[in-house]
Amino acid sequence: MASIALRAVHKRYPNGQVAVRDVTLDIADGELLVLVGPSGSGKSTVLRLLAGLESPTAGRVYLDGVDVTAAPPQQRDLAMVFQTYALYPHKTVRDNLAFGLRVRGVDRREREERVQRTAAALSIETLLDRKPAQLSGGQRQRVALGRAIVREPRAFLLDEPLSNLDPLLRVATRAELALLHRRLGATMVYVTHDQEEAMTLGTRIAVMRDGQIEQVDPPLAVYHQPSNAFVARFVGAPTMNLWTCRCQDGGASIRLTSPAFTLDLDWARGAMPEAGMLVAGIRPHDVEVANVDASDARGRVAIVEPLGATTVLHVSVHGLPELVRLLVGSEGRIEVGAEVGIRLRRDRMHLFDEQTGRRIEAGV
Amino acid sequence: MSARKSASAVATGLLVAAIVLPVYWAVISSFTPESRLFAAPALVPRDLVLDHYRALFRDRDFWTPIRNSLVVAGTTTLLSVALGAACAYALARLRFRAKSAVLAFVLAVSMFPQISVVAPLYLLLRSLHLLNTYPGLVLPYLTFAMPLTIWLLVGFFRQLPPDLEHAALVDGAGRLRTLWEIVLPLSWPGLATTAILTFLYSWNEFLFALSFTLGPERYTVPVAITLFRGQYQVPWGQVLAAAVVATIPVALLVFLAQRRIVAGLTAGAVTG
Repeated sequence: MASIALRAVHKRYPNGQVAVRDVTLDIADGELLVLVGPSGSGKSTVLRLLAGLESPTAGRVYLDGVDVTAAPPQQRDLAMVFQTYALYPHKTVRDNLAFGLRVRGVDRREREERVQRTAAALSIETLLDRKPAQLSGGQRQRVALGRAIVREPRAFLLDEPLSNLDPLLRVATRAELALLHRRLGATMVYVTHDQEEAMTLGTRIAVMRDGQIEQVDPPLAVYHQPSNAFVARFVGAPTMNLWTCRCQDGGASIRLTSPAFTLDLDWARGAMPEAGMLVAGIRPHDVEVANVDASDARGRVAIVEPLGATTVLHVSVHGLPELVRLLVGSEGRIEVGAEVGIRLRRDRMHLFDEQTGRRIEAGV
Repeated sequence: MSARKSASAVATGLLVAAIVLPVYWAVISSFTPESRLFAAPALVPRDLVLDHYRALFRDRDFWTPIRNSLVVAGTTTLLSVALGAACAYALARLRFRAKSAVLAFVLAVSMFPQISVVAPLYLLLRSLHLLNTYPGLVLPYLTFAMPLTIWLLVGFFRQLPPDLEHAALVDGAGRLRTLWEIVLPLSWPGLATTAILTFLYSWNEFLFALSFTLGPERYTVPVAITLFRGQYQVPWGQVLAAAVVATIPVALLVFLAQRRIVAGLTAGAVTG
């Protein structure tokens, strides 16, 4: 097992496209770090840089404190699970699993023993003599995972390993992966574009955008204290409501003014961006339906999305460009077209600088 | 609809006839006695004899040119595919400077008309003491076969999912091992196609073989057949019999390789 470190890593492709900008990241031994971000954010490139399939234009990569920047993939002793699985189509499942052991010179008896043990752990013993073409998607995914586990590598790199599975299987496999991580105690770097996968799996998650890491923190820290407006919007479902507001310093509090509402936040006093504009955000479950008289704003329900335990309402509020999302219990009967008042929980508001997008902490 | 169908059937029939008929005629004629060769042609042969074949192998020692051709074409094919695969893999997958220039140069080599390089090659081979030897034919053939091999295989390798090779590299295999264990087994169709084309080319090659061999002990099949003709007559029966014999290895090779050329070898490697 190993710790991994990236120091000021930069990757620029020959065509001029910059995939990774100045990424510095420490991954502790035994950690499951999730790299999450929209497509094209450079998360897969970071993984390939770790694997040695790409070499950085600048910066260093360390494994257990040893500089491996120039080491080819075969010298790094990492295992990778590909989104496409990349099983060797001409080899049986057994040979797929054994290939990595064979090229590393593990002797025959131990090879068979380890393949057998891994296959048992993943319940794929009955598939050992089949070719990949004869397997279902879920089975291929297991074999791909098995090919990584059997090597007992220093760390696992997983590139969207669940994205080709159907939703039910994906959730089940996600739970298995979490168990596997706990059982092996291995260092894992996991790439996904699915924020839910990131939240549920990661011991920490690193949110990426445009080749940069926006925030690295444990899942709930990212959720509760997003470091900027992008992270706030990207993490959490339904998406956080974000509004651009004018703000004025009222001494004991600051006053936010948007076309739809005016709020006084006493916890945020002194937190004034220079330009006097900020972005206020609030998660849908921190917005409540209120009496029209006692509300911060009123609007008309545009969309009702029952999710089962809860229902998402999209409310059209005059003066706000986007629909306001809020979560209500599913027992309430609110129809499309109903006039509702909405109330924002002051203590759950997130404030971001309108210019830089950076989070504004209270009482600064 | 049915008119179009029958029209296309007729067209197909004519095309097949145009291709098959000469071959059929050659085969039939090779079994026809010398005396009746120039009689009115008959599609259904009357008496078939083995005279020409007997003459071919007993009087002329046609085994020697066949052996020469097999050795030269076989060696050329093996070397061309083995070296070409390594070159093509490097050109398809590795990153290095001036890659497209190298590819263009490789192609340019095969652009020279053969006749323009015969004289210089002759001098070169003479000073290397390679005239009238097997290497003296294999080496010049490679200059023409390799560009073809490289271009075909580069195209083929580029179609393979790169993740497979990445998986092998991460698994601990080096580039050569990856080529040998992952890329080549998956490239059978491409390798077979390339091998057939190279073999056909070397088997049929005439100009170099005529120029760089000096005696019957090194003549290849096309040269030998051409030199059948005497001063006053051409032994057509034997020429045709030789042509039939010369077709057999090629037909055999195509037939064997065809079984390997099946689509879907990479099925199941990656999703989708």
